[in-house]
Amino acid sequence: MLRYIIRRLMISIPLLILASFLCFALTTAMGDPLGEWKLQKPRTPAEISAAYERTGYNKPFLERYGSWAGDFVTGDWGESVVPGNAGRDVKTDIGKAFVVTFRLVILAEIIALLLGMLVGVIGAVRQYSLFDYTATGISFAMFSMPLFCVALILKTGGISLNNWLESIGADRWIITAGPPGDGFKGGFGEQFFQYTGAYILPTISLVVIQFALYSRFQRASMLDTLNADYVRTAQAKGISEARSIFRHAFRNALIPIVTVSSLNFGATIGGAVITETVFGWSGMGKFLVDAITKLEPFQVLGFMMVTAVFIIVFNLIADVLYAFMDPRIRLD
Amino acid sequence: MTDLTSPVAPPPTAPTTADKSQFDSSSARKQWQVIARRFLRHRAAVIGVVIFVILVLFAFLGSAFWQYSYTDLGFTRYENPTANHPFGTDRLGADMVAQIIRGTQFSLQIALVVAFLSTLIGVVLGALAGYKGGWVDTAISRFIDLLLVIPGFIIAAVLVRNSFVATATGGGSSNWLVVALYLGLIGWLSIARVIRGMVLSLREKEFVEAARALGASTSRIIFRHILPNTVDVIIVNATLAVAQAVLLEAALSFIGLGVHSPDTSLGLMISLNKNELNLHPWLFLIPFVFIVLISLSVNFIGDGLRDAFDPRQKRVKA
Repeated sequence: MLRYIIRRLMISIPLLILASFLCFALTTAMGDPLGEWKLQKPRTPAEISAAYERTGYNKPFLERYGSWAGDFVTGDWGESVVPGNAGRDVKTDIGKAFVVTFRLVILAEIIALLLGMLVGVIGAVRQYSLFDYTATGISFAMFSMPLFCVALILKTGGISLNNWLESIGADRWIITAGPPGDGFKGGFGEQFFQYTGAYILPTISLVVIQFALYSRFQRASMLDTLNADYVRTAQAKGISEARSIFRHAFRNALIPIVTVSSLNFGATIGGAVITETVFGWSGMGKFLVDAITKLEPFQVLGFMMVTAVFIIVFNLIADVLYAFMDPRIRLD
Repeated sequence: MTDLTSPVAPPPTAPTTADKSQFDSSSARKQWQVIARRFLRHRAAVIGVVIFVILVLFAFLGSAFWQYSYTDLGFTRYENPTANHPFGTDRLGADMVAQIIRGTQFSLQIALVVAFLSTLIGVVLGALAGYKGGWVDTAISRFIDLLLVIPGFIIAAVLVRNSFVATATGGGSSNWLVVALYLGLIGWLSIARVIRGMVLSLREKEFVEAARALGASTSRIIFRHILPNTVDVIIVNATLAVAQAVLLEAALSFIGLGVHSPDTSLGLMISLNKNELNLHPWLFLIPFVFIVLISLSVNFIGDGLRDAFDPRQKRVKA
């Protein structure tokens, strides 16, 4: 196992190098970071050449890649370069954004996973029941729905709720501008009130997205195991239905869902772009959108590299968990 | 990144129908009849087809029949839906029916281009990798692994940003096709993996060996002998790709990295009207309903096709 993990990590290094090259080419394709700045108003040639000198964008592509990659591996992820916005350290900003996103995503993922597993198992055990049809219908609708609309509707609902609370003399509860930057204040009750107010809507909107996926996967894998020969054998030998469902079918049905959820978690850590944009959280997704909008090459690059590392690591975690849960899988 | 990670990719749903006769055209026709009959029995799928056809007619012919054009401004602003303006008017005093017709048209255009392009690239590369094996397979598979490491959404957003540079010079230029091409260029990974897997098993069949023994060229074997046996999976995937493309384009346009003026789309309309939800909810809800109608109807069609192609399927599921 250990040897397998090490080998996989070794394979990841050339993959990451290739990915970094591709990402660098992509940020170059994004456009000249100074292109729009130059057009805002007339600039003197000296001003322009000084700006290019500072950003390094007057050098050829490969040279720029080399100097960025060299700095990156030594821990210097560059700075924002567009004048007026220049000098923000990329690594510090990504670190802050990551903490925000992580707190939001981890809670939502756990809720969505538990809820999805519960609904999926019930849907499979009571296949073609009213519950099953309702759950299938809801997840089908969720797959067909633009989720930013769900988030926007939730946000509007939250604002209406606030107005209603105010009209009956209570405090406004829902916070639609992200968690307070300087942390929650006051006694435990007040803090709990602020915490739930800030987290409830973005969490619901994220749960809705992931729930549809997890419940479908859990239902499919549970149906597979319920129809498997070993479950029928167990039932023929006279064990109770509950025991056959939980001890025999459910435990085996967990294998695919664990894989899917760890892969999915690796991808969502890269930012809940829509949710963060709608609810004004300054997390990874918002960071990326802002960086692209402002044409900041090193911010986009730093983001992409962090995402790539997470995806690779969680792919590995998914494979290792898979081998742990299903002893028939030999990794080495 | 190896095959162990494949559970997220859609499993090849339909079994390979490799043993059906390649030359007997009457039995081939009969098989399509069977599929059509099975599809027509799937009630949700038939409703999906009806809704989708109505939407296409509405989007592409609607402007010829509707009394107002999307360029007609100057009606009362924020008018509630009335008989004269069934969907009301927006903040510029434009008729919303005309705007929705145009938005639906752009959303459908983009989705169809994306689905076509991603299916084409995915099928060709997947078939090449599966049939050729060796270094071709290694190169294509590693390339897919590489692209999977960077989420496609991000690649598309970064590339689309490039098409904005023209707007800084004053006067935006049309960019819907650019958005569609980029989304198509990133959307082919899962279909390529599925087709590769199917071709890997199909190329070992006797009829491929027979074709090779008769001296058929590689491209003839791939396109005339192998790919016809994967057509069910291709059609289902292409259908579902349309629904995904509509939603992805809407999300990109919503965060401001998709289609922009002078073009439009349903996603952009929602984005422009996102602050109207309290006071003028129809401006937000109508494009929202149209997006849901498109993706829901296409998803139903895809589901119906999947069931119709799959001979093991007895029971019709929603």
